[in-house]
Amino acid sequence: MGKTLSEKVWDEHVVRSEPGEPDLLYIDLHLIHEVTSPQAFEGLRLSGRTVRRPDLTLATEDHNVPTVDWDKPIADPVSRTQVETLRKNAAEFGVRLHPLGDLDQGIVHVVGPQLGLTQPGMTIVCGDSHTSTHGAFGAIAFGIGTSEVEHVLATQTLSQSKPKTMAVTVNGSLPEGVTAKDLVLTLIAHTGTGGGQGYIVEYRGQAIEELSMEGRMTVCNMSIEWGAKAGLIAPDQTTFDYIQGKPEAPQGEEWDAAVAHWRTLVTDDDAVFDEEIVLDASTMTPFVTWGTNPGQGVPLGGVVPSPDDFEEPTDRTATEKALEYMGLEAGTPMRDIKVDTVFVGSCTNGRIEDLRLAAEIVKGRRVDSSTRLLVVPGSVRVRLQAQDEGLDVIFKEAGAEWRGAGCSMCLGMNPDTLEPGERSASTSNRNFEGRQGKGGRTHLVSVPVAAATAIRGTLSSPADLEPLEVASTSTGQEG
Amino acid sequence: MDAFTSHTGVGVPLRRSNVDTDQIIPAVYLKRVTRTGFEDGLFSAWRNDPSFVLNRPEYAAGTVLVAGPDFGTGSSREHAVWALMDYGFKVVISSRFADIFRGNSGKAGLLAAKVDEKVVQRLWDFLEDNPGGVITVDLESRTVRAGEGPDAIEDSFDIDDYTRWRLLEGLDDIGITLGHAEAIDAFEQQRPSFKPVTIYS
Ligand code: SF4
Repeated sequence: MGKTLSEKVWDEHVVRSEPGEPDLLYIDLHLIHEVTSPQAFEGLRLSGRTVRRPDLTLATEDHNVPTVDWDKPIADPVSRTQVETLRKNAAEFGVRLHPLGDLDQGIVHVVGPQLGLTQPGMTIVCGDSHTSTHGAFGAIAFGIGTSEVEHVLATQTLSQSKPKTMAVTVNGSLPEGVTAKDLVLTLIAHTGTGGGQGYIVEYRGQAIEELSMEGRMTVCNMSIEWGAKAGLIAPDQTTFDYIQGKPEAPQGEEWDAAVAHWRTLVTDDDAVFDEEIVLDASTMTPFVTWGTNPGQGVPLGGVVPSPDDFEEPTDRTATEKALEYMGLEAGTPMRDIKVDTVFVGSCTNGRIEDLRLAAEIVKGRRVDSSTRLLVVPGSVRVRLQAQDEGLDVIFKEAGAEWRGAGCSMCLGMNPDTLEPGERSASTSNRNFEGRQGKGGRTHLVSVPVAAATAIRGTLSSPADLEPLEVASTSTGQEG
Repeated sequence: MDAFTSHTGVGVPLRRSNVDTDQIIPAVYLKRVTRTGFEDGLFSAWRNDPSFVLNRPEYAAGTVLVAGPDFGTGSSREHAVWALMDYGFKVVISSRFADIFRGNSGKAGLLAAKVDEKVVQRLWDFLEDNPGGVITVDLESRTVRAGEGPDAIEDSFDIDDYTRWRLLEGLDDIGITLGHAEAIDAFEQQRPSFKPVTIYS
């Protein structure tokens, strides 16, 4: 019997396998940030251990860092201490660090791919649940806890039981204006937040193959939001083209050898998945969340559901609670929901393609007077590239705030937070209670929906915007 | 991790059940960057009460905590185990532990000894009648002992074979993996040269 893609990658990394024990897996790349690493380094120090492979380890600062005044000392003392601790640890243990102010600083899951360090067939871990992002390249990538961070630092391996495999096949093509984000939000509403538990998921099918690398990263990023251990996509020409020429990509003969190997990283025709889900992309529409977990979503054209729509008592209670927290009435059209803050950014949607898409929509328009639009590039390089392309000017002319790189309002560990009761449309990945600030209310949306919402002040898609030509000539029409 | 064969130390009777990880150490202590020094956060809400058992001088040197059922429920924070160990505890005895807490204990080197509920009762009575009294916990024979003469307590405790082996050998997970260093070396020899590195030598 053939093997699935994830089984191939897994088997290539088994250092040791004994019946009744978890496999010992070799880790190709260990990414580190300031929040989950301090105790791991401290643990090494206490037991007199070293980092086995600093050359397979990379650190950056993202969760805590401010997106303004990044050239000044961090104002919040707790955040500053965590960041300074990372700097000390990186220096002491010889780990490469891209600190605040460095050209390659940014969200850890944006930095890895843009450096070309994220490649097909690798095992990649990080003390962060959205490490699944890197699966877009055909890598097995997942988040780990602090003890495991220490284990990887010391041994460059992890003890892991082999997960089951699942295929998510998305047939057809996404309609115009419907994005990878809508695809994954639709999937999560379909499976529920626990549907992927215990599985490594392979996303496949025409709609997945047609996605750019950015779009594939958006899909894999949110694997954890439906409980999957990891999500991955078979590498193809799109993948190779993205990696080629990146700073840490293989070159010359090494490149040829790498690509030859990467081409073998596909699920064999006779391989069998433990579970399979099939979706049709051609029926998908812009999708937004109304509740307090990523599975509580509906099409933008829909209405806020009622607890009575659900059969399971637990779903009813969850819906009641979510509506109360979100301050929403059942039956309200999603398009009528007034939004205070729009956040474009995060490791889900903070890459250059996302910023281009947002800029295209807000270009020549003004952000609604009672709404704020925050644009936070995923990395310094994304910010600089956007500035090269003049996107920052478009955003600023529209009345948006153009910020420095980091996680920012995705989790509100830095000063970018929602006020209690404030409502956001956010391109990030979690709408949990208080995620973006105590009492904050989050709607997860795609980039086009975020941009259009910023202009209209209510949840909207670009199709709801008045065409610019009409708006700029006086036709006597009412606005 | 130090090898654990047998430990004799002052027992502390904690007459409470369902001691969750928020009670063991509240979330505010998790912002710290160190792995040590969590002793001040241990049971911090209760420590304000002068009559709380840890505030009584007779138990000041306590190293064996005897607690009610369902000890360590709640979040997965490893800090709960670190706080107990930083305070000086080597053993927690209870009739029921939360799974994750038990797992974390085994990783960090804290012995979570599961005994019959009657044994907990007898140990509590013994420690309250003899403040500062000691308990011996022998991992090799899986027994707890306290007191002398006709009222002496001696009973067995439960611990899974794998965790027991690791504690006896003083092996943490990392220690065990480092025991396979040759396999890791051999694996590294075969890694393709096109795999990326972050630092060039
Ligand atoms: S952007 Fe958000 S989800 Fe991504 S790593 Fe940062 S905090 Fe986590």
